[in-house]
Amino acid sequence: MSTRPGSESGGGPRHGVRIFIAWGVLTAILEALVIWVVGPHIPPKRISSASGAEHEVDVFLTYGAVPVLSLIWVYFGYAVTYFRAPSGDASDGPPLTGNSRVQAIWLGLTTFLVLALAITGTFDLLDNAGAGSGEGSNPLSKPANVGKALQVQVIGQQWLWTFRYPSYGGVETTHLVVPVGRQIEFHVTSLDVVHSFWAIELGVKADAVPGADNVAFVRPYQTGSFQVRCDELCGLWHGHMNTTGRVVSASQFNSWIHSTVKKYAGVTKYLPPYSLTYYPQPIRNAT
Amino acid sequence: MAATFAALIALVAVYVVYFLESAPATVSAAVMNSDGSANLTIQTVGSYGRHPFPDWVSYMVKNQSGKWIHSTIWKLPPHTLIHVTVTQYDSQTGLRNNFLGQIRGTVGGVASYTTTGQTGKGSGLPAYNNTSLSVLPPALAAHTFTVPDLDLSVPLVGISNATTNICAVAPCTPNFAHTTIRFSFKTPGPGSYRWQCLVPCAFAFLYGFGGPMQTIGYMDGLLEVA
Repeated sequence: MSTRPGSESGGGPRHGVRIFIAWGVLTAILEALVIWVVGPHIPPKRISSASGAEHEVDVFLTYGAVPVLSLIWVYFGYAVTYFRAPSGDASDGPPLTGNSRVQAIWLGLTTFLVLALAITGTFDLLDNAGAGSGEGSNPLSKPANVGKALQVQVIGQQWLWTFRYPSYGGVETTHLVVPVGRQIEFHVTSLDVVHSFWAIELGVKADAVPGADNVAFVRPYQTGSFQVRCDELCGLWHGHMNTTGRVVSASQFNSWIHSTVKKYAGVTKYLPPYSLTYYPQPIRNAT
Repeated sequence: MAATFAALIALVAVYVVYFLESAPATVSAAVMNSDGSANLTIQTVGSYGRHPFPDWVSYMVKNQSGKWIHSTIWKLPPHTLIHVTVTQYDSQTGLRNNFLGQIRGTVGGVASYTTTGQTGKGSGLPAYNNTSLSVLPPALAAHTFTVPDLDLSVPLVGISNATTNICAVAPCTPNFAHTTIRFSFKTPGPGSYRWQCLVPCAFAFLYGFGGPMQTIGYMDGLLEVA
């Protein structure tokens, strides 16, 4: 950079200062847009402990990315404008000799950004009961009131989600309904291939693996609906393996679960006893 | 060089034509009744018995002319009560998820079952005669007809595993061992709604979930409501 035509060492325009000023102005504008315009709309919505934390991390990530992005844009634009070869000039450009100060700043800055993001993410996973992620059968991070959590088993199969409520006689249903304000303990498993349970607005994502119990915690703090999708390619109808869940009040949940228990009493007696996994049983091959 | 390129182009063209031809056609399957409802008549067979996958389990549908068509893309009218008759020729596989023994989304939450041929004690097949059920015992199921977006699911009772009068080439006729399932549901507004069998019933595939279970035209399809 220091040997380009018209560089500071050659007594020409102070390109570095110009770029720095342009970068600062553009960064300030973009950061303002991120804070007041884009930021509130960055997914997921803040309807649970997990999605709230994920939203904050996503916003933080965007704040961190904006200066890097704007520096690249400004430098690119400046280079195209001022470092363009004159028409008809076929001579070779000056050799690049490097700039240890720029390299050190670049390395230090990007290292800081990456480490800051890694520390932020790790802290959130540990401090927020996994922040909605599947933690396996023996979660490293549990909420304080885990004993009072409502257990909901999520069962994936090609290509349908079903949900069992072990504290209500193990009733199974295709509808996912959870009460607001209560800790939810999802136990995610599969009957065939690997799926991934992704409750988008709840901020929960956990792989559904046959023969494995994958636990994820979340506390919804706002009523409403949320999308459930499969996030692991699982066959023909993977893209359609979705449903809509609901966060409702405690009284609405009680009403719903008791009507569901009654509605499905006939089939519940045929269900296998509640288990954290159902693999390799029941397995039936087509014969 | 040019000849190689032309050969490659020709191969791609052949593949594209084969792919397009292999996609099942959309069948106008609803036969309208005077009261505004419609009939849909389908059958499930244990083996299609024809090219290109003769040993694959499959659905078939009767078109408006009364001819059996090998397609699982069925055109139905919107906001219409559909009376479905399924003639089921396959043996019992059982449900992997017993919850699917529950009949859901039909009128009254029930389906009507009729079993013929070898029934009763020792056959593994109860004698049903237009018996209305809200839950089919999971071990009796051969297939399901499930439309997840409509929360519609009906398990289809299989023929006795002890019977020898099994249809091997589709379309099957009622002189072979079969069961009959009837139910009604109302179509929603216009749209494309996927349906599938949720029983892992693909013979000779790992855990029964391959081949026909992953192929539109066999155990998966679309309701084209328009």
